[in-house]
Amino acid sequence: MEFIETLINGLSIGSTYAMIALGYTMVYGIAKMLNFAHGDIIMVGGYMIYVGLTISGNPVISFIAAVLSCIILGITIEKIAYRPLRGASPLAVLITAIGVSYLLQSSAQMIFGSAPKMVTVADLGSISFSGLTIPVYVLVTLACSVVVMTALTLFVKYTRTGRAMIAVSEDKGAAQLMGINVNRIIMITFAIGSGLAAFAGLFMLMKSPSLSNTLGAMPGIKAFTSAVIGGVGSIPGAMLGGILMGVVEAISLKIPPIAPYTDAIEFIILIIILLVKPTGILGKKRREKV
Amino acid sequence: MEKLKNVKWNHYLNYIVVAAVTVIFAILSLTGVIESSDKYLLEKVAIAITLAVSLSMVVGFLGELSLGHAGFMCIGAYLGGKTAVILEPVIGEWPALIVSLLVGGIVAAVFGMIIGLPALRLRGDYLAIVTLAFGEIVRSVFMNSSKESFGGSLGLDTPRFNKDILFVIAFVMVLATLAVTQNLIRSKHGRAITAIRDNEIAARATGIDVTKYKLLVFTVSSFFAGIAGVLYSYSNFTVQSTKFSYNYSIEILVMVVLGGMGSINGAIIAATLITFLDVELQTILTGNLAVLQDLIYALILIVLVIYNNAPALKNFREKYNLKAFINKFRPHVPSKHKDDEAKWDRVPTKIKMDEVLSVDFQATSPYTPDKPGKEEK
Repeated sequence: MEFIETLINGLSIGSTYAMIALGYTMVYGIAKMLNFAHGDIIMVGGYMIYVGLTISGNPVISFIAAVLSCIILGITIEKIAYRPLRGASPLAVLITAIGVSYLLQSSAQMIFGSAPKMVTVADLGSISFSGLTIPVYVLVTLACSVVVMTALTLFVKYTRTGRAMIAVSEDKGAAQLMGINVNRIIMITFAIGSGLAAFAGLFMLMKSPSLSNTLGAMPGIKAFTSAVIGGVGSIPGAMLGGILMGVVEAISLKIPPIAPYTDAIEFIILIIILLVKPTGILGKKRREKV
Repeated sequence: MEKLKNVKWNHYLNYIVVAAVTVIFAILSLTGVIESSDKYLLEKVAIAITLAVSLSMVVGFLGELSLGHAGFMCIGAYLGGKTAVILEPVIGEWPALIVSLLVGGIVAAVFGMIIGLPALRLRGDYLAIVTLAFGEIVRSVFMNSSKESFGGSLGLDTPRFNKDILFVIAFVMVLATLAVTQNLIRSKHGRAITAIRDNEIAARATGIDVTKYKLLVFTVSSFFAGIAGVLYSYSNFTVQSTKFSYNYSIEILVMVVLGGMGSINGAIIAATLITFLDVELQTILTGNLAVLQDLIYALILIVLVIYNNAPALKNFREKYNLKAFINKFRPHVPSKHKDDEAKWDRVPTKIKMDEVLSVDFQATSPYTPDKPGKEEK
């Protein structure tokens, strides 16, 4: 019984990771850059929920406000920091992204102070049936992720914009020749990724109410790790990697002797998978061109 | 005398400056002019320079992003510190220092080699994430170690070396780092390393052993990060794993980027400046304002990288940069070696079609097909 509880808990952690990983992987697939600031957009989303709750007191309104502000933030970052560097060396883009991440963290600390804020989104309690006790937020997280991920998959597969995204990720130049506005597609990708980050922020606040300016740092790194494990650039890969990561984390936290090493174990899995299959589990092999 | 004239003095300028600074401060310290807090600052500066120069090898010259430099430093600090704790009562202060420097450096180098191995299969962003993961693994291992082995979360208590001498030793280590790094970069091997940075496939096609050089750079770079770690453990009473977080790796990276990637002197200047500002601003900025410093670093980092790399700003950059500004005040000296001056990107590539055609088809000469045996003459 306890194992099933752990497993469900792992699925819930994993779906949070998958949510973040989707943002990483979509941006990576389309803009070919590792958006280091993605984790910090989660943090901004968290703070926006906090601000919304203190002003309106309504969780739904504050969550919608958080999603919208994250989307605007994502688009702004892309426009100001990343767009001028399109065509520059990948190293330069990566370092700028690190700079943006640092900037977001320190501005949040400037505005809200370094002491963690306690944010209670909604007290949902827990339900129990046939010997299982599961907190409701876990179920909400799982249900939300399933809906969002299904919607995203359908969007990418069946809409014009979604197909344009696939085209841009496969070949930017050819997509442009076919009349696709690449800049617009990249902007939409950043918007979707940042919106998903706001969802992840909500899930994390439901799990533990403590909110600080480093809220998104570690989950961001872990989510990117899971995106890489699943195969960066692949949407199902990000979901798979995220779920895998969450389950490993939940199980490892339950075993006392290895619990303190949970982070290390997750990273070791990453290194092993990259050594065995450098493109990740579902990643496609890309031949290098001269 | 003739030989001395041919020495490229600007190649040795940074050794001379660092050595001169060391000697001046050593004299000042002997006469008792500088306070002990200044000596601690000097140690910090020397450690930062060692870290920045060694990271600049990987980032600036090999062109790979390492986000785990603090991890290598962490290994050096813990293992060097532990060696010092064990050996100091047995063989005395100085031999213990030398042994722990070697142990810290070599163990870090071994780990650098181990992390360099996946680096051969991965590139760019993947490598960055693996080095980041490595740094976090190292930190979490030392954090959760038992109290007897490495002190666990409370940190490892290490012997504090004599303050009057330690900063001199640290600067000697800076000189050693400079000597190894600069000689490596300016040699044939260094040109191979920069070739890998500029175009790995072309470098491979030219016969450069990419594997060997990547491993070499990672190993040497992490060796000096380990040395910096040992120096850190000697300059502080405790070594705590929280110090070597991902943020510290970023701070070292900021030094390298601020100094200009691929410039060792730039890394030295930036490391000195940032460490100095860090210490000075700590007393001025308190409370929430302390973050202002990070905020400004982040802004400088973003602006600098965009300014230096944005394709749209290329012409602007060529017109207004520091080098062009300095050259304005410099008398123009034509180089002895004409080849060095040639601007290869400006070589005319346009083929003059008239000349080419006139060789084959001269309207005046009658057409005569080649007879067999004509060429044998």
